[in-house]
Amino acid sequence: MSTHVPIVEDPEAPSGAIGAPSVENETLSDYVRGRIVGLRSGELGNIPIMVGIILIAIYFQSRNSNFLTAGNFVNLIVQMAPIAVIGMGIVFVLLLGEIDLSVGFVSGVGGAICAVLLLPGGTSVPTSVAIIVALGAGLGIGLVQGTLFAKVGIPSFVVTLAGLLAWNGVVLLIVGSRGTIVIQDSFVNGIANNSLSHIAAWVVVEGSVLLYAAIQYAAVRSRRKAGLPNVPTSLILIRIGVFAILGAVVVIVCNSSRGLPYVGVLMIALMLFWTFITDRTTFGRHVYAVGGSAEAARRAGIRVDLVRIMVFGISGMMAALGGIILASRLSSVDTNAGGGSILLYSIAAAVIGGTSLFGGRGTIRSAILGAIVIASIDNGLGLLNVSAGTKFIVTGLVLLAAVTVDSLSRRGRESAGRA
Amino acid sequence: MSDHPSDQPILELQGVSKTFGAVHALTKVDFRVRSGEVMALVGDNGAGKSTLIKGVAGIYPFDEGKIIWEGSEVHIAGPKDAAKLGIEVVYQDLALCDNLDVVQNMYLGREALSSLRRLDETTMERKARETLKTLAVTTLQSVRQPVASLSGGQRQSVAVAKAVMWNSKLVILDEPTAALGVAQTRQVLDLVKRLGSQGLAVVIISHNLHDIFEVADRITVLRLGQSIGDLKVSETTQQEVVQQITAGELSHVPGVPAEVIAS
Repeated sequence: MSTHVPIVEDPEAPSGAIGAPSVENETLSDYVRGRIVGLRSGELGNIPIMVGIILIAIYFQSRNSNFLTAGNFVNLIVQMAPIAVIGMGIVFVLLLGEIDLSVGFVSGVGGAICAVLLLPGGTSVPTSVAIIVALGAGLGIGLVQGTLFAKVGIPSFVVTLAGLLAWNGVVLLIVGSRGTIVIQDSFVNGIANNSLSHIAAWVVVEGSVLLYAAIQYAAVRSRRKAGLPNVPTSLILIRIGVFAILGAVVVIVCNSSRGLPYVGVLMIALMLFWTFITDRTTFGRHVYAVGGSAEAARRAGIRVDLVRIMVFGISGMMAALGGIILASRLSSVDTNAGGGSILLYSIAAAVIGGTSLFGGRGTIRSAILGAIVIASIDNGLGLLNVSAGTKFIVTGLVLLAAVTVDSLSRRGRESAGRA
Repeated sequence: MSDHPSDQPILELQGVSKTFGAVHALTKVDFRVRSGEVMALVGDNGAGKSTLIKGVAGIYPFDEGKIIWEGSEVHIAGPKDAAKLGIEVVYQDLALCDNLDVVQNMYLGREALSSLRRLDETTMERKARETLKTLAVTTLQSVRQPVASLSGGQRQSVAVAKAVMWNSKLVILDEPTAALGVAQTRQVLDLVKRLGSQGLAVVIISHNLHDIFEVADRITVLRLGQSIGDLKVSETTQQEVVQQITAGELSHVPGVPAEVIAS
């Protein structure tokens, strides 16, 4: 009575797809064709952001020829760094489908703690201890907020909104009547203000590209050994080539000005580290799973609460690190630390970079890509001497555009059955 | 890999009961299933089907009665105990993560690791492919496509494959065809038959008697928390099963002692 005729049930599937999952290697043209199909059904990837960055660069360069100078490029790296670093923590929170509104003032707390501990004639702790204590404070704040959310069941929006207010208060108390704490520690100031030597910049950047190539090669070899299909080799070579050229351009441009800032290297190192965590560890896999379906994750035996608490811990710690970078850039911390636009810029960076607000979709690098956009607009409008009011309006509109792209592409995926 | 069910049941429940406050969800139910056998569990809404499988899966343990697994009595206190014995449940709402791909879902919570605690994607993908191949799940375009892009039948197949890849001996399917169209139902029923013929014990819950008569070897009928009968599909008819589901004779009337009924 059993009939083993394979059922063709998906009219859109190409006829060749019926049968055992194919083990043939894709060719480059297959890959491009697959990407185009994906694009049509809302898998936009990095395309909108790349187009956005190019348009922004063309616009500001045409309005003010200082925009694309080497000096301004280095400024841009320093300006985007705190946004990108805090944004990486936000990516984790967004992957869960949650929000952390406290990161602005948590960054303020981090910067303030670091600055106070390094006050001359104060505690006289080593620089490393001051930084670790500041990061630990951010981590602790995040873990507490995460616990209130995961264990007590208070919505993350409310917990972190309360945090937004409370940590603002803590910044005011730490900085206190001093008004401004000037940082004299040369290491902390150097994070944002000093640069690698020309040769070191070359070694670090192109060394990273070589490392990337080696990892890709190892992955291809292991898959081939196991008889699994590989992405086209030509595509991998193109990617490596693009990274090598981009890296070279960055180094040449930076070296013709103040050099590659340490904070630029820190940013890339953090991106690689957290990308490893999200893509290559069980913790990262479980973050995506909880964001996709918390119930499915729970039934698979994942400790959902623990994942949530740790994600908020990461967010808090990255916020504190962003605060230290911000303090380093200004060589000081004042009562306003962590206020203003930093919170919304960081969340906007992650979203503009392509991390979904709806949970389960996103990458660490989206924080960097989004930070490039935000910092470019901020920097470019600054060069055009527009008012702060105009800056906020433009940035708000860009954020709105990014979320619109996210929502529309989600609808596209839904109608193409890929939601 | 026997085609014939062995005589000793792999799972036997003896007189299990479960109450939720004043509600008697299960009253002294006996149930058995053998390896290589597809056992259907039928009954009207509220008959206790879900309570029975949740007890076996360790989601809420029975109040009384014995669970005998492969000939010896066991206690199943939680889902992990059930998984350790080799019992896997495929729930109605599937429990897959839409944003993860097929391989990631099949290994969710039990990821394979290589050195430095890195995810071993190569091993996971290879083994997932093998499992899908042995189950003849062949309509997937790629094991690396997100589950969101799969049809209902394909998702159900992935959920079943996820359940059987852990050396499981008993697979419980809760309404596996409830939300599926005709062609997709066919696909899942074929898969259920293959599980049985590969020597696994299968328990399938369904309201669709037509489906049950196609795949099941035996049928256990539950009514108002009691087991009405254990029927051989080859020796019964749909009419008889319907009659048992709706008006089967109860040995206990809830709230009335057994002696009263007997007298």
